[in-house]
Amino acid sequence: MNRIIVCVKPVPDPRHWDKVTMDPATMTLKREGIPSILNPLDKHALEAALTIRESRGGEVVSLTMAPPFVDSILREGLAMGADRAVLLSDPAFAGSDTLATALILAAGCKWIGEFDLVLCGNLSIDGSTAQICSQLGELLDLPSVMHVIGLEWLDNDRAIITQRIEHGRVRMEAASPIVVSVLKELNKPRYIPFTGILEAESKELKVISNQDLKIDPGLIGLNGSPTKMAGLEVRRFERKRERVEGSIDEIVQALADKIHQYGII
Amino acid sequence: MTVNNDNGIWVFAEQRSGDLHEVSLELLGKAREIAGQANSMVTAVLPGHNIRHLAQTLIDHGADSVLIADDPQLDTYRLLPYALALECLIRDYQPEIFLMGATALGVELAPRVAAKVRTGLSAHCIDLNLNEKGHLLQVVPGWGGGVIATITCPDHRPQMATVMPGAMKAVCHEGREGDIRNVEIRLPEDHFGPRVLEIKKKAPEGLPLEKAEVVIAGGWGIGDQEEWAMIEELAGILKGAVGATRPPVDEGWAQEGQMIGQSGKTVRPTLYIGVGISGVMHHVVGMDQSKHVISINSNPNAEIFDVSDVIVAEDFRKILPPLLKELKSRLKD
Repeated sequence: MNRIIVCVKPVPDPRHWDKVTMDPATMTLKREGIPSILNPLDKHALEAALTIRESRGGEVVSLTMAPPFVDSILREGLAMGADRAVLLSDPAFAGSDTLATALILAAGCKWIGEFDLVLCGNLSIDGSTAQICSQLGELLDLPSVMHVIGLEWLDNDRAIITQRIEHGRVRMEAASPIVVSVLKELNKPRYIPFTGILEAESKELKVISNQDLKIDPGLIGLNGSPTKMAGLEVRRFERKRERVEGSIDEIVQALADKIHQYGII
Repeated sequence: MTVNNDNGIWVFAEQRSGDLHEVSLELLGKAREIAGQANSMVTAVLPGHNIRHLAQTLIDHGADSVLIADDPQLDTYRLLPYALALECLIRDYQPEIFLMGATALGVELAPRVAAKVRTGLSAHCIDLNLNEKGHLLQVVPGWGGGVIATITCPDHRPQMATVMPGAMKAVCHEGREGDIRNVEIRLPEDHFGPRVLEIKKKAPEGLPLEKAEVVIAGGWGIGDQEEWAMIEELAGILKGAVGATRPPVDEGWAQEGQMIGQSGKTVRPTLYIGVGISGVMHHVVGMDQSKHVISINSNPNAEIFDVSDVIVAEDFRKILPPLLKELKSRLKD
């Protein structure tokens, strides 16, 4: 089955992160008024899926777990070229940690049906845990590869995958189906054509709840998540913040003196 | 199973081709500290093939015992056999805590293991502590580092965490005594997912960032490759290492391994000098443990100044050339 599932996540726009405040009573972050964007690496995952579809046909389905108000973000993926979108949305999912989220996404993949590739961004810019790819692979009982910077789909349902590691790279050959998460070096996401925006409006965006997925509620949401938030604080820094001013020469002398005081020279 | 002293704090000993990753030694240092508070033991878990010679180094750095899982299938790292080996060991020994480095390998392996044994995992921790109940407090940066969250895993075991390289300090006592044992693992003679075709590695140039006493970091404000040479020259004079924010890496002025911050390395040098760095949290989270911080940025309101001891609100092009000259002449005297 030539079907690729791409996991995409709406995330708060980092340009507005300074507006994030905290509710000390519930230890949750207040995101009101902060616009969402499509997680940047997920666009690279989408691009990879669209490239493979162009060469061999088939279908690209975007898969998201989020509250129901993220329509416009999912339309962006459809405008890029995904054929349809599936949104997993249920109050029972709220507060899920990565393991619970991976369980829900795995159930979503199975609900969609057969596929030969699941693509995700390597991490999301808000949580940055980078755990979904490996956990999704485990829960779907499929191989998984992270840090992918090269993905060449061969005719016989095999792929040559290049993975980035510290100071180097690993090339490997994998058989489908497989779960892969990508880094930005993999490709350059296409610009969204105007026609894409128009077409996206008529593409299918299906919302699925836990009535369809039937996951044990004890394993998902805030209560079903193994990890708990025990504290949350906005970071503060204690520094001297001493301004060095004057002529260039005075500044240079002062800096050299400091470096000497610190015992460096 | 025999009497089990290996159910305390586990540290994953990461090696590729027989080279131990420094972060494993750093984690042993922290594990030792926590073990003292919890009256517990530190076990290093070492999967691989023909790697017994690495065990004493792990003991020197704080392990009470080393469990060696030696199997030809574990020779070159592959995710599936490694995850399966760790799952078997966790089920046999039931550790309380399991720590891994947030390296390329650890970031991929830890979540798969956590999903296998259905436990919680915190990512990219910058600190670890115990609370009064003896639960592991896992301190993680969120939202690009602007927020610090403390995560616990009260009801599932082991409590798993990946920890940023450089965030903990390695402590070595040569000749420390400990127990080294081979453990039986039952890996099926199976096809384990992707087949490795080729591994290409380039030895990093210069002093490794995490070990440098002086770090000179440059940002987008440097402007081009030619100006970047000044950053390297300053690092050369002060016998330091060169770090970078994301843009210089994207521009190709610096290597990926030089990136400091949430998706790069954590540094804690005696002196950090930031040049042309705006100071977004993604970067700050990787440098704010530096002892002294000097920042040079032409923007008088640069965010990096909030986390600096010494602030120079000037164009670095005016400051660095005479500073290089001055430092050279002081070094001669």
